[in-house]
Amino acid sequence: MTTESREITYADAGVEALREEMRRDSSIVYIGQGIGPRGGNFRQTKGLCAEFGEERLRDTGITELAQTGAAIGAAMAGSRAIVDNVFLDFSLEAMTQIIQQAANAHYLSNGKLKVPVMIRGAMGSVRNAGVQHSHTFYGWFANTPGLKVAVPSSPYDVKGLMKTALRDDCPVMFIEHKALYNTKGRVPVEEYLIPFGTASVCREGTTATVVAVGRMVHVALEAADVLDKEGISLEVVDPRTIAPLDRATIAESIRKTTRIAVVDEAHNSCGFSGEVFALACEECFDSLDAPPLRICSLPAPNPFSPPLDSQIIPNAERVVREIRDWLNS
Amino acid sequence: MTSQAVQTTETKPDARTVLDLYRTMVRLREFELKVQELYRSGVLPGFVHLYVGEEAVAAGVCAHLKRSDLIWSTHRGHGHALAKGVPGREVLAELWGKVTGCSAGRGGSMHMYAPDYGFMGTNGIVGAGIPMSAGAGLSAKLRNSGQVVVCFFGDGASNTGSFYEGINMASVWELPVVFVCENNLYATEMALSRATKSLEIAERAAMFKMPGLAVDGSDVLAVYDLAGQAVDRARSGGGPTLIECKTYRFLGHHEGDPGTNYRTKEEVAHWKKRDPITSLRERAIAASIAAAAEFDNIDGETQRWLDDAVEFGRTSAEPDPRTALDFVW
Repeated sequence: MTTESREITYADAGVEALREEMRRDSSIVYIGQGIGPRGGNFRQTKGLCAEFGEERLRDTGITELAQTGAAIGAAMAGSRAIVDNVFLDFSLEAMTQIIQQAANAHYLSNGKLKVPVMIRGAMGSVRNAGVQHSHTFYGWFANTPGLKVAVPSSPYDVKGLMKTALRDDCPVMFIEHKALYNTKGRVPVEEYLIPFGTASVCREGTTATVVAVGRMVHVALEAADVLDKEGISLEVVDPRTIAPLDRATIAESIRKTTRIAVVDEAHNSCGFSGEVFALACEECFDSLDAPPLRICSLPAPNPFSPPLDSQIIPNAERVVREIRDWLNS
Repeated sequence: MTSQAVQTTETKPDARTVLDLYRTMVRLREFELKVQELYRSGVLPGFVHLYVGEEAVAAGVCAHLKRSDLIWSTHRGHGHALAKGVPGREVLAELWGKVTGCSAGRGGSMHMYAPDYGFMGTNGIVGAGIPMSAGAGLSAKLRNSGQVVVCFFGDGASNTGSFYEGINMASVWELPVVFVCENNLYATEMALSRATKSLEIAERAAMFKMPGLAVDGSDVLAVYDLAGQAVDRARSGGGPTLIECKTYRFLGHHEGDPGTNYRTKEEVAHWKKRDPITSLRERAIAASIAAAAEFDNIDGETQRWLDDAVEFGRTSAEPDPRTALDFVW
């Protein structure tokens, strides 16, 4: 296997995945706001309209309910559809279609209906946009049987996971992080796919396991660099998809390090961090040497003012401090 | 076509069409009365919303559809399934929760799917089919499949956001969809006149520059004529149409609701006098289009058809509990 690669952005990695899959599969239709000639609010469809035209890259008005429902209906009818709600926040307008229709149709039809739809929308806080553009509720979708949920943290993962999503017959929530679109990373020249349910061990370590997704992977890695100088060796595990969840890789890491922390931009109540703790208790109870730790967004709506927002969302400094205190207690 | 009520058809229909429409309506009626009987005796689980009184709509519309055409249905959808060609055996077995049902018992009355017959589901969410139908129309258009999509919904759905967003999308993209509003005057117990001042639902199509026509939904020949025009228009690339069928449910909202504490006896009696089945029969005999014996033959044949479906449902196996997790993904 060749290792030839180049550095591209997180946004461009998605564009590459889309271009390759739309060339490969002529049934793909992409519906959303500003995804045609404009190339996407986050440049996430840059250049695609020029190649595939406005029949396949269909700009809509501000109509999340209809665009999402239409993508689901198109998928049920025999196309492969993508709906881009741009901000995951705006998918709330279409939750009934996602939860009540897309997630259920395959099961309720006893497997006769396929629903190959990718529902795209970026999560998280970026540049103090305020609460209505900053939500991180990816975990809600993983609470619904019938949906798959991908939350990539790097250009490499965006491309490999999106190509898998675009070959899956199940509805996939593809949830990028708004603040990562301009970040860069190495992506192979040669085609590759990343199977869902395969976690990535981003950094090996021995003192404690840190599980994180999306932008928090980078926060955890930054904290790990700082703590490494103090002799604290963190193993950072990025599940990449939370439904399905690679329980085996997470459990294996916890058994090795005997400690588990979760860094999460979502709130801690009834969410992904609690799910990882449950996994740790169910599969690694006898291996744990410390109570689990979670470092999540504090339980308040994201405030606008930068000092307030920084107080809410985990950053490397807070992760360093809380992990240091945890290990010293 | 413009937004105006269509009068009862003037041209004399042929015997074959009349008898076919009669057969469909009688099947729908007798099926629902049998479901009522079985439900009341405690044999059928769940909840059922019966179509009695509205048969002319499903019969008149679906008579124009091919097996490959797609329809989206409602919570009151047994009649739509049967009219689209789903075998009575499979519909009844589904209501029974049996493994031989069209959804193998996973869906029941409000979530039954039979994509092999172009039946894209009954639905417990009012208005949900409207955006999905638009998407299926988009898929049909992009695939050049020649399919027409029909979306049934009630007057209740006409006040949802799904209605406005969905028909707007179908209009702007000129999709091959026929939107059929079954206006039975009540959303559960809520009279349309209490829910909106916009009582002529067909007229709302004009907002979206879409043809919208109202028709007497008790007159199957009128429904048949109008639906034929709309289906032809969709199939020939002319775009979507909204049809409002003014109809009435003879029974309550669901089985268990007597339907009498929000409707007057006089109103119910008025509509029952306009029974779509007996009125077709009487008109056809009076006009010498078909003889009484021909209608009697259909009645007898319908009983045999129904007896077979009941026997099939009664003797079919229940699903194996071990399959409860199949087809989640």
